Order: sequence, then C-alpha cells, then structure tokens
Amino acid sequence: MSSHSAQDGPREHGLLLLELDGAGSHPAAWRVSRTAPAAVLGPEHLRGAVLAAESAGFHAATFSDPGMPAPGHPDAAARLNALQRAAFAGPVTRSLALIPEVDTAYTEPFHISTQLASLDYVSGGRAGWLVAASSSAADAAAVGRDTVRGDRLSREAADSIEVSRRLWDSWEDNAVIRDVPTGRYLDVDKLHYIDVENGSYSVKGPSIIPRPPQGQLPVLAPAGLLTAEAVAAGAADALLVSAPTPGLLAAELAATRAGLAAGGDGPALIAELDVVLDSRGQPAAERLAGLNGHTPWQSPRAQFIGSAAGLTDLLTEVLAWAEGVRLHPAVLDTDLEELTRLVLPELRRRGVLAPTSPDATFRDQLGLARPASRYAAASSAPGAEN
Amino acid sequence: MSHSTHPAAEFTASGFIPSGQIQLGVFFQGVNSGTVWKAAESGSQTDFESFRRIAQTAERGLFAAFFLGEGLRLREHLGRPHALDVAGRPDAQTALAALAAVTTKIGLVATQNTTYNDPADLAHRLSTLDLLSGGRAAWNIVTTDNAWTGANFRRGGYLDHADRYTHAEAFVETAKRIWDAWDDGAVAGSASAERWSAEGSVRRVRHTGRHYTVDVTPRLPRSAQYRPVLFQAGDSPEGRDFAARQADVIFSAHPQLDDALEFRRDIVERTLRAGRGAQDVKIMPASEFILAATPREALEKKAWVRSLQIGPQQAIAYLEQFWGRELQGYDPDGPLPDIDPVVEETSETRGSGFHGAKARQLADQWRAEATEKGLSIRQFVSAKTSRGDSTFTGSYTEVADRLSEYARTGAVDGFNISPWLIPSGLDDIVNHLVPELQERGVYPTEYAGSTLRENLGLATPAHTGASVEVGIDSSSVTAQA
Repeated sequence: MSSHSAQDGPREHGLLLLELDGAGSHPAAWRVSRTAPAAVLGPEHLRGAVLAAESAGFHAATFSDPGMPAPGHPDAAARLNALQRAAFAGPVTRSLALIPEVDTAYTEPFHISTQLASLDYVSGGRAGWLVAASSSAADAAAVGRDTVRGDRLSREAADSIEVSRRLWDSWEDNAVIRDVPTGRYLDVDKLHYIDVENGSYSVKGPSIIPRPPQGQLPVLAPAGLLTAEAVAAGAADALLVSAPTPGLLAAELAATRAGLAAGGDGPALIAELDVVLDSRGQPAAERLAGLNGHTPWQSPRAQFIGSAAGLTDLLTEVLAWAEGVRLHPAVLDTDLEELTRLVLPELRRRGVLAPTSPDATFRDQLGLARPASRYAAASSAPGAEN
Repeated sequence: MSHSTHPAAEFTASGFIPSGQIQLGVFFQGVNSGTVWKAAESGSQTDFESFRRIAQTAERGLFAAFFLGEGLRLREHLGRPHALDVAGRPDAQTALAALAAVTTKIGLVATQNTTYNDPADLAHRLSTLDLLSGGRAAWNIVTTDNAWTGANFRRGGYLDHADRYTHAEAFVETAKRIWDAWDDGAVAGSASAERWSAEGSVRRVRHTGRHYTVDVTPRLPRSAQYRPVLFQAGDSPEGRDFAARQADVIFSAHPQLDDALEFRRDIVERTLRAGRGAQDVKIMPASEFILAATPREALEKKAWVRSLQIGPQQAIAYLEQFWGRELQGYDPDGPLPDIDPVVEETSETRGSGFHGAKARQLADQWRAEATEKGLSIRQFVSAKTSRGDSTFTGSYTEVADRLSEYARTGAVDGFNISPWLIPSGLDDIVNHLVPELQERGVYPTEYAGSTLRENLGLATPAHTGASVEVGIDSSSVTAQA
C-alpha cells in the first residue's frame, strides 16, 4: 500500500468515491431533483447515475442502504436494496468500483458472503463492501430480532467480516480443475470447511460460490465501528473517517492514523465529506438553506458549502492526509454536474488523483495485492488436514 | 389438427381453456450431472459472460423467463464436497440484478428458500429486483428443513419436516402483504408535491407466528407488474395445494403428455377448490432438449451427451451415495454391487430430493431392475439420472410437432429448459426450434408486454385497497395452516 504521511505532497494516488443514494444525500433532494420521485427507483436513473460517475472520473460508487426515515415524514423516500443496485451497475460500467453498504447486525453472514462474491463476479473484480452495523430498533423488528447495541454491534460486524473472509478463501483459486481423465470437476482438497464458531452462531462452509475474482473483496468500515484489535488483525482494508467540519478533517485523519498499529500496511483512510456547490448562479449556501427549509440535513459528516474552486483546494489538502475522499452530494444531478465540470478535471491536472483503468480491480485501486487463500498453505503442507 | 376426441374437452366443465400456445423458460441450474462440463465447448459456470449469453440468447428466442437455482450448502459425497459434477453458483438475485441491466423483456426468476431467509428482507430484495427490471422479477419458492443445510446459518436446522409448508405459507402470506403495503399512486408524481409519498398510503405489516416475527413498514412501492410473480415446484399433495393457493406458475415434474394432462386436471381442480380461477395457475415442467437436423443425428447426439453426463466415476459415485460406502472396486461396466448398503437411510447431502429412502430396500429394487433390463452400473445410473421422460430428443420438426400437441391440448403452458451445455446450450433451440414452433402458430412472435406478468398472461393480483388493515396477527395465519 501507498505510504501514509502528509509530507509526500500530491501523490497521484487519491481516490474519489461518490455516494449515489436516491436523488442525493440531502433528505429534501428530491424536491429539486430533475428526476421524478418514482423514477429514482427505476433502472434508467441508476444506469445514468453510475455512467455519469464513471465518465466524470470517480474511482468508486457507494450505495448506501439507509432504513426508512420515520414513516409519515414528508421526505421519507423509498430505497432500493444497495447490493442489487451495485449488481445492476456491474455490466453497465467498466472501471468504477462498486461498493454497497451491507448491514451485519440482522443479516445472515453466509448470504452476505455469497452476495458480495457474486457482485465481484458480475463486476469483473470491482466489488467492495461497506460494512454497516445497524442499531435501529425498526431494522431489528423487521426480522424479529432484539436490537443490537453497544459492543455487540462491533462484535457482530467483526464476526460477519470474519465469516465472509473465510468463505471467500474456502475455495482455493484453482479448485475447479475440470480434469476429464479422472472425471473430477473439483479438486476437493482445495475446498475447505471454515467451521467458524463465534459464540453467537456457527457457519460450516465451504462457500457455495468459487473464490471471487479479487480473492478477497476490499472491506470498508466506518472508523470506530471495529475495535483496534480487529483493525490490527486486518478486518478492514479501509476506514471511513468523519469530522465535524472540513477544517478538522486533516487532524482527525492524523489522529486515526496515529491510533493504528505502527508498522506494516494499515488500512487506507477515506475522508467523508458532504458537498453543496454553487450552481448555475445560485450560491451553495442559498441552495442548502432552501433544502434545509424543508428538512434540516442532520449529517454526522463534515460539510463543504461553497465554490468548486474552494472544494478543489480542500480536496487537494485532504488527499495529502488520506488515500481517498467519499463525496456525498446534497443533490445528485446538480452537484455531480459541478463536480464533473469543474472539480475533477482540476484535481487531475494537479496530479492528486489516481488514474482510472477499465482493467483494474478495486484491490488494484487501493494498491492491495491479490492474496492467496489462507487455506492454500495449510493444504499444501504435508499431512495437513482441513 | 382437429380430433373428434379433443383432450381439451375434458377441461370444459372446469372452465379451463387451453391457450393453444406454449412458452419457454430456461433454468440455469448447473450443479448436477445434467450439465456437460467435459466437452471442448463447455464454458465457465461462474463467469458472468455465461449468464449474459444464456439470458440474451433466451431473450432473442422470446423466452418468458430465465431461472436461477439457489445453493445453500455444497453437495457432499461420503462426507466431503462432491468432486465429479459442476459445483458452485452465484447468489440468484445478485446475478439477476446484473442481468436486469443487459436484458429488457425476459422474466428473471430467483429460487429462494423460505427457511433461511427473513420475509421482510427477502420481500424487499425481490421488490428491488422487480423495480430494477421494470416488472420482470419472480420468486421460485422452495423450502428446506434439514440441519445439514442449517449448519451454514445463524438459525440452524430449526424446522420440522412436517412444518415446512405451514412455515412457507405464513412466509409467502407475509411477503404478499409487504408487497401490498403501498397504495397505487402512493409516490409523488413530481418534485412539487408536498410529500414523497401520500399521507396514509403505506401500511405497516405485522406478523407473529411460531417461527418468526415481522414488524415492518415496507420500504418500496409496487412495481409495473404489481408484485413479483410466484413460482413453486412442490409435487406432493401438500405441495400442490400450496401452489394452488399461492403460486402463479408451477415448475412441474410432469413433462410427458399423458402425465402432464393428468397433472393439469389435478391442478385445475385444486385451484378451483382454493377459490381461484381455472386459468390462474400456469404449468411449466422441467425439461431437457437434444435436437439436431435429423432424427438420427439427434439420437447420436443424445448418446454423446449421456456419456459425458455420466462417466464411469460418476456412475460409481452415484451408487456410493445410496450405499453409503466406497464402491471403487466395482466395474462401471459390470452389474450393480452385490454387497448391501451400510446406511439405514440415504442422506440429504446429495442436495436433491432422494434423501430419506430406505437404502436396503432401494438397493434390492435397483439390483432387480438392472438384472431384468440387463443394465451395467453405468447404463443403469445413466437411465436413473437422465430424467429420460423429461428429455425431448429428435429433429427440430419432430420436436416442434410434439410440442404442438402440448399447446393444442393445454397440457402445459410451457417448458423450463435445462441446457446441458453452457453457454451455447440454447443456440439450436432459439435458432431452429423456435421458428418451427412459430410457423405452427403455437409460439409467440413477439413479447406480449414488458412485464413478466403480461408475458405469462397472468392477471394483476386483486388490490387490497387503502382501507384494509394489512397487518396480520398470529391467529389469522395459524388459521390457514
């Protein structure tokens, strides 16, 4: 992985991720969107959004999976399943990494693992996983489970990641041998039971799908969700870092970096940033005031409200401290247009962005080598049983 | 084509009227001996390109539906993963969501288990697929009850065999209520509306039952086809009644004409008893097609396909599944083993419907059968596994004539084809058989509409209406069990 110090200056390594939920990240975005409310749930909106993000030069799209806002709220909008939106985008795009948010608290780890591996297949190795752990009582009630809180959220997330990672390794890369003389489609010695027992549940394995193209999908987690031990053990490949204001992002990134185990390859850091830009003669602050007049944007992230030039400078500075920035546009069509026209070209000119390539996997983008299966060494050792 | 003893006449009293048409679907199943992986032209079973090619070829041939199976545990053989057949497949809905982006008319059918899914989550994901495909999604409902599969899930093997349809029915009822929870036109027509969804247009769904509890405000509105189409494959009397009450299409195991007619009569009767119309449940049996330009070439092709489906190793392994012991010393071209099985009952680990048979009894029966017919191990297993009665072998014109009889009599609404070759297995069907069927007037010449419901000729489900409380309690569900 790339080096992590700010002293390097612009590194041509910066990744830009774009959150593509609904009409935009602001809850009232639909009121000013050029897409009709129902059309936001249709295939053409999604196709248009991922293609626009890809041609703008974004490295990745994330697909958040928020629960419904409180029923009855005037801005409560319907949401499509995040993983399936990402899957739909697979054959439509060529270079964009596709990163759905998938909950770990109320889901079956075996299903998640299969679904994410399948996403890696339909995207040709461009899948990632944004780990979430829902503490919402509504999400728990939907599946008839008790609400997961506190330390258990962190543990459920780590447990689920561990199950997925083991299942992705449970078929070695060359397990499908198609050996006609012996009649064997599989080399059974290259398939492995994972036999995970974590106190809450057990999963036997092996996976139902062969090892995904990337071997291991990159796992992204909000900083603070996983314990320092889990992060040190490699549970996450990237951490999403939030700060109350843009000015505090650099300090927060430095503090997060300092908290990681010294030495070795730590996770990449990706800064979280809400974005409202001046657009078509309308100042950003005015746009935001209009939206907030309907529903205030209660975001846990730093917010940039201003000109494209100002954002370009901020991103240049933040990308000296982080491997990437995830942008949450207030209104997708309006803000993406400004980003595409003014911000990404200038960042590229300044040399702070990593190149995009149609052949790159998401691991390639993150500078991660393709790992061998953890079980490969065990099975090639003489007398090993697994 | 008119006969004095028109078989369809038998349906007249019931109100069932044959459409005179058949449709085709494709079932990309993969994981058993039916798929030939040993031929030079056998492609990848997991690369997306294989899925894209099959789906796009099927769509070119105006197929109604593309099916994917579901795997929840790898098949095993004598305690280890089974090595000889195709294994490994993607999550059905993930692959179908990707296919939704590269197809426009074909239905996308996901096999999904009621036992190891949550109703609210599964219904939401199916709604997503339905919206992303413009109303082309369907759910092939299956149940599992064994602890062997449960070993991959948080909940483990919690369900008794006897309870599986009760459980499945409560699950499906709950899913239907979730799909029913948004009124038509609930979503704002434009950005200038006061609210994203009209006040009071979304209802909460509650279910408290023996196996699970659901309390959810559904997150998605209805699709262009109202809700996903429901397929079901159960063949026991219980399974048939379940389908007659809940399903839109039965993925049946009765492809032979006489048997198919009998099955149709039975299903029409059960459907009427369930208070539904005689045309409300469509029937599409599983089938395999081995076609060529001439009858003789087709027979030669069949022999080649069978030899690749069941090689010597597969023949022995097949018997080992039922004997529960290694039989490597036996000659695949010799008689069935004279030693007895070491297990009481055959295991579920084959991942098929054979488990639970009395092994000793089965072995005696099979030995007698093989001796009587003079079959070697390999010949016997080939006959047992080839689902011979679901195979249509012949020239394009011969098979088109045979299928026309099904259309004329109304025995089935279509066939679900399992291609034995991936990804080119539909090419000859689409290029040669479909035009023959079209010439005979028994096959569509264009898609009837853009949703799966339209293309299958299914009616839109009755609307529940805004005034009805959709939440259900445990008593209303158990009363139906």
